[in-house]
Amino acid sequence: MKTVKLSIIYPVNKITAPIVSTLIKKYNLEINILHADISLTKVGTLVADITGAESDIAAALQYIGDAGVEYRIFTSKLIWDEKRCVHCGACTAVCPSDALTMSHEDWSLQFNREKCVVCGLCTKACPLSVMSLA
Amino acid sequence: MAKTIREINERIRTGTAVILTAEEIIGMVKEKGVAETARNVDVVTTGTFGPMCSSGAFLNFGHSTPGIRMNKVWLNDVPAYAGIAAVDAYLGATEMSETLGMQYGGAHVIEELVAGKDVELRAESYGTDCYPRRKIRTTINRNNINQAYMFNPRNAYQNYSAATNSTEKIMYTYMGTLLPKFGNVTYSTSGELSPLLNDPEYRTVGIGTRIFLGGTQGFVAWEGTQHDPGQVRLENGTPAAQAGTLAVIGDLKKMDSRYIRAAVYEKYGVSLFVGIGIPIPLLDEDMVRRTAVTNRDIMTQVVDKSGRENLNLRVTYEQLHSGSIEINGKKVSTAPLSSLKMAREIAANLKGWMEKGEFLLTEPVAPLPMHTTRLNRLEIRGDFHEDR
Ligand code: SF4
Ligand code: SF4
Repeated sequence: MKTVKLSIIYPVNKITAPIVSTLIKKYNLEINILHADISLTKVGTLVADITGAESDIAAALQYIGDAGVEYRIFTSKLIWDEKRCVHCGACTAVCPSDALTMSHEDWSLQFNREKCVVCGLCTKACPLSVMSLA
Repeated sequence: MAKTIREINERIRTGTAVILTAEEIIGMVKEKGVAETARNVDVVTTGTFGPMCSSGAFLNFGHSTPGIRMNKVWLNDVPAYAGIAAVDAYLGATEMSETLGMQYGGAHVIEELVAGKDVELRAESYGTDCYPRRKIRTTINRNNINQAYMFNPRNAYQNYSAATNSTEKIMYTYMGTLLPKFGNVTYSTSGELSPLLNDPEYRTVGIGTRIFLGGTQGFVAWEGTQHDPGQVRLENGTPAAQAGTLAVIGDLKKMDSRYIRAAVYEKYGVSLFVGIGIPIPLLDEDMVRRTAVTNRDIMTQVVDKSGRENLNLRVTYEQLHSGSIEINGKKVSTAPLSSLKMAREIAANLKGWMEKGEFLLTEPVAPLPMHTTRLNRLEIRGDFHEDR
């Protein structure tokens, strides 16, 4: 079993393609959707962790490509240098997936890696450069 | 029953003063009422830790042999203002490096000096009879220069407008990254914990007030630049947008780099996070009421940073803290830019200093102005060319 983090980009004319259901049914994959931005009128994106047998994942990626839908595999991950963080919250202003939020208890920054789509926006928005991609 | 600062100081000295933070006082007043709180509590401590661009430091490097009348100075390639006496300079926090641009600036040099690190000093001169040397290169740190004191012309803004962006394009501002079409709102005040929101009409904070500045004891030196006490105020006296400001001074050599941090705002430039805490003596019931102010009672305006739309929108800090507000019927997420976590730490530290008798209150030498004259605007009288 293996898990890859994937962003799937649907062109406008493929918005209704049954990609996710096919991945589940035909390729026995487990799909954990982290972020979805899909509407009928514009390019849609879906970010998900996909878990299954290595061969099934390979076949599934082949299928997605053949269906005329683009995908990107995340290879990097976000590194938060927590010791240098001042918990100002500036990064939460740009995080598209709610991976970065402020605790309403002690107002410290909370990072939920599961939800991170590795977009890198916070690395630029952080005034102390404590976020980086690696 | 009114108290004097002298009486409170006596209690601080003998370890009997009762000190609460500006958050703790809220619960106390709710539970015990204003009169009993006024009898029992002596001081409220406040705190703020946010980006404060209008900051910098005066430095005196000491003389070399032969001497130099420095007229151009760089610290780690960041220019400092040398148009003062021979080896004096003022390093502004937002000044940018001539080699690294806005990635590194005066704020970073200040943070490194506070942390005790070595900094490269380069200076040039035209040479005079009494100061013949024309160039010098050396390293300085906080221990081998004479004076290093922070003098920040405008800190501790009393309230500040929240920012948003109505345009189709992302905006990079000193209020952080503003996403298009009202994609987010940023705000930068510690609300009910903020120093000047707890003494909104400057009854106790004035020139000469001893404060927590960057981890050591500093002072209020003057009204800050752009001090605007005539701002529209709510019934409780707090201003509905930016109003009062403070010029503050303190010994950089004694500061702690935990409370002085350099910052870079993308495509905007360099700034400096400054930690400030101000004690508010509870002289009477009026001051108890002032310091018991909550995020629900403090408002600010929301401003479209593109200047395109006049939103005419006022929100409370409670709403801003909740994580979202409504703009034109749409739910928009809010994000802070100043650290409430650090502001709490500062208010708690200041409280600790007083409990240990290490920090005494001061009577202001002179009050901060409370005039109603509003700020001047700069008229544009034309362009100019390089050759003029
Ligand atoms: S912007 Fe940077 S310093 Fe501020 S909370 Fe986020 S990671 Fe921490
Ligand atoms: S890279 Fe940063 S901004 Fe992007 S999703 Fe992850 S945490 Fe959020």
